Amino acid sequence: MSDVFDRVKKIVIEHLDADADKVVENASFIDDLGADSLDTVELVMAFEEEFGVEIPDDAAEKIQTVGDAVKFISANAG
Amino acid sequence: MRRVVVTGIGLVTPIGVGADFVWKSLLSGANGAGTITAFDASDLPVRYACEVPWTTGRGGGGVDVAGSFDPETAMSARDRRRVDEFILYGVAAANEAIADSGWVAETEEQQERTGVMIGSGIGGLSTIADNALLLEKEGHRKISPFFVPSALINLTSGHVSIKHGFRGPNHSVVTACATGAHAIGDAARIIKYGDADVMIAGGCEAAVCKIGIAGFAAARALSNGFNDDPLSASRPYDTDRDGFVLGEGAGIVVLEEYEHAKARGAKIYAEVAGYGMSGDAYHITAPSEDGNGGFRAMRSALKDAGLNAADIGYVNAHGTSTPLGDEIELRAVERLFGADAEGLTMSSTKSAIGHLLGAAGSVEAIFSLLALRDQIAPPTLNLRNPSVETKIDLVPLEAKKVVAKAVLSNSFGFGGTNAALVLKAV
Repeated sequence: MSDVFDRVKKIVIEHLDADADKVVENASFIDDLGADSLDTVELVMAFEEEFGVEIPDDAAEKIQTVGDAVKFISANAG
Repeated sequence: MRRVVVTGIGLVTPIGVGADFVWKSLLSGANGAGTITAFDASDLPVRYACEVPWTTGRGGGGVDVAGSFDPETAMSARDRRRVDEFILYGVAAANEAIADSGWVAETEEQQERTGVMIGSGIGGLSTIADNALLLEKEGHRKISPFFVPSALINLTSGHVSIKHGFRGPNHSVVTACATGAHAIGDAARIIKYGDADVMIAGGCEAAVCKIGIAGFAAARALSNGFNDDPLSASRPYDTDRDGFVLGEGAGIVVLEEYEHAKARGAKIYAEVAGYGMSGDAYHITAPSEDGNGGFRAMRSALKDAGLNAADIGYVNAHGTSTPLGDEIELRAVERLFGADAEGLTMSSTKSAIGHLLGAAGSVEAIFSLLALRDQIAPPTLNLRNPSVETKIDLVPLEAKKVVAKAVLSNSFGFGGTNAALVLKAV
C-alpha cells in the first residue's frame, strides 16, 4: 500500500466515521462509505489540504472511490 | 376547539442540562454566570457570560460536574462537524423532550401528524464569523459545503425531523428574544388548527462568541461593570443593574393535542391556554416607554385563555436586567393586574441563567410550567435594592411557595416584538 493511500484512508475515516476495513481501493464514498454529496465536496477539500494539490471541479466530480482519489493525487501532487 | 398540552420538556442551560437537574438547581439559587472560557475575551469590554457547562471543562463543567453537557450524547462526532452549536443545543434539548414525552411516531400517519418548530434569535453567528475570516484569509475554496446548513436557523427543525422521522409541518421562528415564546405559541396554533397532532417547539441559541459579545456590547445592551464579579452581574429590578448577561442553551417542549395525549396516557405538564402577540412600532432596540406593546401581548394571552388577571398566580418576567426594560415591563404588569398586582408573584430567572435570546422564551415557559406543577416560584437573584417601589413580590434571592392555577411568561425582542404565554393546570 502506498503512502498516498494510507493518508487518503486516514482522511476518509476521519471525515465519514467509516470503518477502517471498509476503506479499500474500490470503495465508493457514496455507495459504500455513507457519504452524501456535501461530504464528497468536503473530502476533496481535505485531500487538497493534505497533499497541497488543487483539484479542479471537473476532476473532483470524477473522484468517486478511494482509488480514484489515490490515482489523481499520485499523478498530480508535486 | 382543539386544546394543546405540554407532554415533554428538555433543557440545556448555563446552570446545567436536563430539566429535573436544572429546575432543582434554579430553585436552590444556582447562578450560571462566570468569566468566559470558550474563547479569549481578554480584549473585549465584557469578559463574562452565562455559558453552558460542558463535560470538556468549558463553562465550568466537567466529567465529574453534575449536569454538565456531554456533546457526545447529543450528536455523533461526524454530525457535530456539520452544525453550529445552537443546533447542537437544540437537538440535545429536543431529544430530552421527546424521550420525556414518550412519543414515538411509528406509523406513516403518526409521522405526518408530528411537526417541528424550533427557532433561534441569531443562528450560527460564530460559524458565519469564522467562515468570513477564512474567506478573507484563504479564499472561497476553503469554505466548507457544510457552512450554510450549519448556520441556517431552521436547520434545528430539520435535524430533529430527520433524526426522529417527523414529517409534519417543519417550520422555524426568528423573533430575536421572543423567538422561544413565539415558537411555542405558533406551534400550539398549528395543532389547534388541525395541521398536526404533535409539535416539537422552542428555541436554541449559541451566540456567546467574540462577535456576539462585541455586537451586543456595542448596542449598549450588555452588562459591562462586573468583569471582576460576574455572579453579581445579572440583577433584574436592582438599582445596580447595568444590562443583560449573555447566555446560551435551548428549551424545547413537546406540544400535543389534548385528546391525543390522553388517549396514549401521556404525562401532562400543563395546557398552553393562551397566547398573545404585539408589536411596539417604536424603536429597533428600545422598548416603548409606555410598555404598551408588552401590555397588549399579555392582555391578548389572557383573553385567549379566557382568564382574568386574578387567575394568574405567577409571572415569569422578561426582566433582562437592563436599566430601561425592567421597569417598563413592571409598570405594564401593574397596569394589567390593577388591584390584583398587590402581592402578585413575579420573578426573572435571567438572574440565574442570563439572557438566552432566542431560547429565553421557551426555557422560561418551561420554568413557568414547573412553577405551576410544583407551586413554587424561582427567585430573582441579586435583587438586593429594588430600583422602584412596587406592590408586586419580585421574589428576591430565594424561591417561594405560590398558589397558582395558571402562570404567565413574557418575552420581548429587538424590533419591538412581544409574546406572552399563559399556561394552565389541566
